[in-house]
Amino acid sequence: MGAQQLTGAQQRPDRVVVVGAGQAGYQVAASLREQGHQGGITLVGQEDGLPYERPPLSKAYLKGTADESRLWLRPEAFYTRERVTGTGTVVAVDRPARAVRLGDGRVLGYDHLVLATGSRPRTLDVPGADLRGVRTLRTLRDARALRTDLAGAAHVVVVGAGFIGLEFAAAANEMGRRVTVVETHRRPLGRVVSEPTAAYVTRLHEERGNELLLGQGVAGLRDDGCGRVAAVELADGRLLPADLVLVGVGAAPCTELAEAAGLSVAGGIVTDEQLLTGDPCVSAVGDCAAFPDPRSGARVRVESVQNAVDHARLVADRLTGAPRRYRDLPWFWSDQFSVTLQIAGLDRGHDRAMVLESAPDCFSVLLFRDNGLVAVESVGRPGEHMAARRLLGGGVPLSPWEADAPGFTLRAHLKARSGGPVPAAA
Amino acid sequence: MPQITYVAADSTERTLDVSAGLSVMRGAVMNDVDGIAAQCGGSAQCATCHVYVDPKAVAALEEMDEEEDDMLGYTACERRPNSRLSCRLQVTDALDGLVVHLPERQY
Ligand SMILES: Cc1cc2nc3c(=O)[nH]c(=O)nc-3n(C[C@H](O)[C@H](O)[C@H](O)COP(=O)(O)OP(=O)(O)OC[C@H]3O[C@@H](n4cnc5c(N)ncnc54)[C@H](O)[C@@H]3O)c2cc1C
Ligand code: FES
Repeated sequence: MGAQQLTGAQQRPDRVVVVGAGQAGYQVAASLREQGHQGGITLVGQEDGLPYERPPLSKAYLKGTADESRLWLRPEAFYTRERVTGTGTVVAVDRPARAVRLGDGRVLGYDHLVLATGSRPRTLDVPGADLRGVRTLRTLRDARALRTDLAGAAHVVVVGAGFIGLEFAAAANEMGRRVTVVETHRRPLGRVVSEPTAAYVTRLHEERGNELLLGQGVAGLRDDGCGRVAAVELADGRLLPADLVLVGVGAAPCTELAEAAGLSVAGGIVTDEQLLTGDPCVSAVGDCAAFPDPRSGARVRVESVQNAVDHARLVADRLTGAPRRYRDLPWFWSDQFSVTLQIAGLDRGHDRAMVLESAPDCFSVLLFRDNGLVAVESVGRPGEHMAARRLLGGGVPLSPWEADAPGFTLRAHLKARSGGPVPAAA
Repeated sequence: MPQITYVAADSTERTLDVSAGLSVMRGAVMNDVDGIAAQCGGSAQCATCHVYVDPKAVAALEEMDEEEDDMLGYTACERRPNSRLSCRLQVTDALDGLVVHLPERQY
């Protein structure tokens, strides 16, 4: 698909329909109104209740009290005030007619359609994967059920040492549960963090008493005789007792609607650098979108709040007459125990990792590729993380040998290179 | 319940009852106050919940930690001596009557 022009008739559509009322869908609606969009906004979401934030679901929510309204991105009054309407499930997109069809038969016409359908958890393809007590975590409904299950569970097994699995493992541990994490790769967070950070995360969990079984597959899940999970069978034949199993083996983008509508799908709904699909009347944002990474040029799909919000803001700008190319820097955080891991940039394979450590629980890992900085992972160094966001986002160069100088900090480098105001050290 | 007053950049004011224990940020979001984006939901990751605390009240607040201080270096509008992250301001009875001014933008 060639880059579409940054101007054109599609720029100020009247009726915008957004499919998916999650982080990205909500933000499209909110930013459209903020940018002065006067026309209709229909935000079609298939979950119950108001749009909410997912990050607490694997963190504070599991341990906390039940006040779910604290998870809402906005209260009901917002949607009334801003005339943002709709619930339901979109079952088909009719691009020639510029309309979507809902599960209850309603048909909604659009001038512009935004696909913000998110992603869904992958599941295990082993015997017993559908037993009771085997769960995934994506929605508030999932989190509610897990919270109930956790209250009565003694042995928790987490399958997959990704962010959600590890956050859940930390929360369950803090609630006094025995937790075992089973991961097929040799280290946790294998696809997303560097070796030094993975080693730190392993130690963090082990020191608090979580057992990590790395390089270990799951062969199946065993029944207690009444349809409920009782044990996890490992690839080596061992049995782990389990009365609750969280499967956290990644997520897959929800692309069925796009595919059925004839839009290009390749590991996500394919967009250009303006987040437009091949159809100038259809955009895709958030977890479901596969877009060109402005730094590497590769097509990427990112699952994070930052990505959902920044995508949404860009589309809202475009639809209100201010088109631009997507340039925002990816950033992410994960809370496990009392530790916050922060990531700036997107590491698609580094050839050098340099650890800057100020204390055992305070370090940054600088990741280089072809002698240029591509990402920074930090623990306990929020100032360095923010400096990394600025450096990477602003394209300020940093070579490994510059970073190798004694006493080097990203903050000082940013100050020296940008000359602009830099926050004083605390 | 403690009352918090949010003054928008265009000077419109809203005074709200906010339960002790919530943050000043959550009080705004739950009551549909515009001008606080709170992208990270209160995890001190985004600096889009920036507020200017009424100068008279600054001393009454708990001191900021290093994390908040770092984040305040990256707000969309300029940092001032009375700048705080509203997700880090816990509402207590002692804060009854607090006035916070919202910056023009958070991005
Ligand atoms: C437990 C958990 C913890 C997380 N923690 C963090 C974190 O700490 N930091 C971070 O940056 N990110 C975190 N994330 C990731 C972040 O929440 C997601 O990247 C973000 O929610 C993506 O937003 P989205 O709008 O693209 O998708 P979603 O928020 O998933 O929203 C998509 C919505 O579309 C709906 N939908 C799909 N198809 C249809 C249809 N046909 N009709 C109607 N509705 C439809 C879905 O039901 C869903 O509600 C976490 C995610 C989870 C699940
Ligand atoms: S809400 Fe993100 S820093 Fe306060």
